[in-house]
Amino acid sequence: MSNKSHDSIEHHIKTYINVFIALAFLTVITVAVSYLKVSFIEAFFIAITIATIKGSLVLGFFMHLISERQAIIWILATTFIAFLILLFIPLISLTDSTGLW
Amino acid sequence: MSNIPYIVEERPDTGLNNSKLGIWIFLASEVMLFGGLFSAYVFLRIAATGHPDGDFDYWGSKLNVPMATFNTLVLITSSVTMVMSWASLKMQQFEKYKMYLGITILCALAFLVVKYFEYTSKFHHDIYPSTSTFMGIYFTLTGLHVLHIIGGLLVLVFFWSSRADKMWEEDQELLTNRIEMTGLYWHFVDLVWIFLFPILYLL
Repeated sequence: MSNKSHDSIEHHIKTYINVFIALAFLTVITVAVSYLKVSFIEAFFIAITIATIKGSLVLGFFMHLISERQAIIWILATTFIAFLILLFIPLISLTDSTGLW
Repeated sequence: MSNIPYIVEERPDTGLNNSKLGIWIFLASEVMLFGGLFSAYVFLRIAATGHPDGDFDYWGSKLNVPMATFNTLVLITSSVTMVMSWASLKMQQFEKYKMYLGITILCALAFLVVKYFEYTSKFHHDIYPSTSTFMGIYFTLTGLHVLHIIGGLLVLVFFWSSRADKMWEEDQELLTNRIEMTGLYWHFVDLVWIFLFPILYLL
């Protein structure tokens, strides 16, 4: 992002405004769907899906990840895998001891 | 101004400057910090089912959704003004930069004020982290997030102070680079809240 021309930055500003509108709209949607009479699992997946879309918009446009170098992408991919391991390895031990699944 | 190499200019081997590589590695460590607590939330929710203090639906209903929705909108606004302040520097518009960064600071303060009222309202009803499993993880997650907001706010105020004017006069590219790094941190704090909000307040 170091050598952007004036015009290019102005074009980016329009994108930032659009992303902001999308984020605000999705926030309202998140609250609205929380009033739907659905099961916890359904509500969980709806909420996480909307949050993931919002998170992707912030990462992609505000944090410029869509135009970022491969090194950054690899750092984040590795972190995401480490997070999944963090989440699922203890989950396996939990299911093992309680026999839930 | 800076004698440290590759702070602004890109390293030939990584294709990145060290500031950007450093902040992304730091943010990766932050993902693991909050990820561990998200993981704890999932386990507590599963394990607390059936326990008298483990009613997540009941304790979750004690939270103020309109206040949290307002705070979500405030943080989203702060994220867009943060990126606009960086864009203003790229376009050599220092006055606009100060204005957008000022709005970002006001948004951060508004978030903290709303959080203060949320917390004190809980304390007035004798609700503390020790009250239930849900409240324990709620105060831990939101408290850690508030600490991140306070940390970010201090950096934002520094770059809004007269020190930034001096920095702009001395080395424009260096200030622009530092605001980009500050912005990456600030957007991350917003990103964490985007996930905290539905998990704690809506589910």
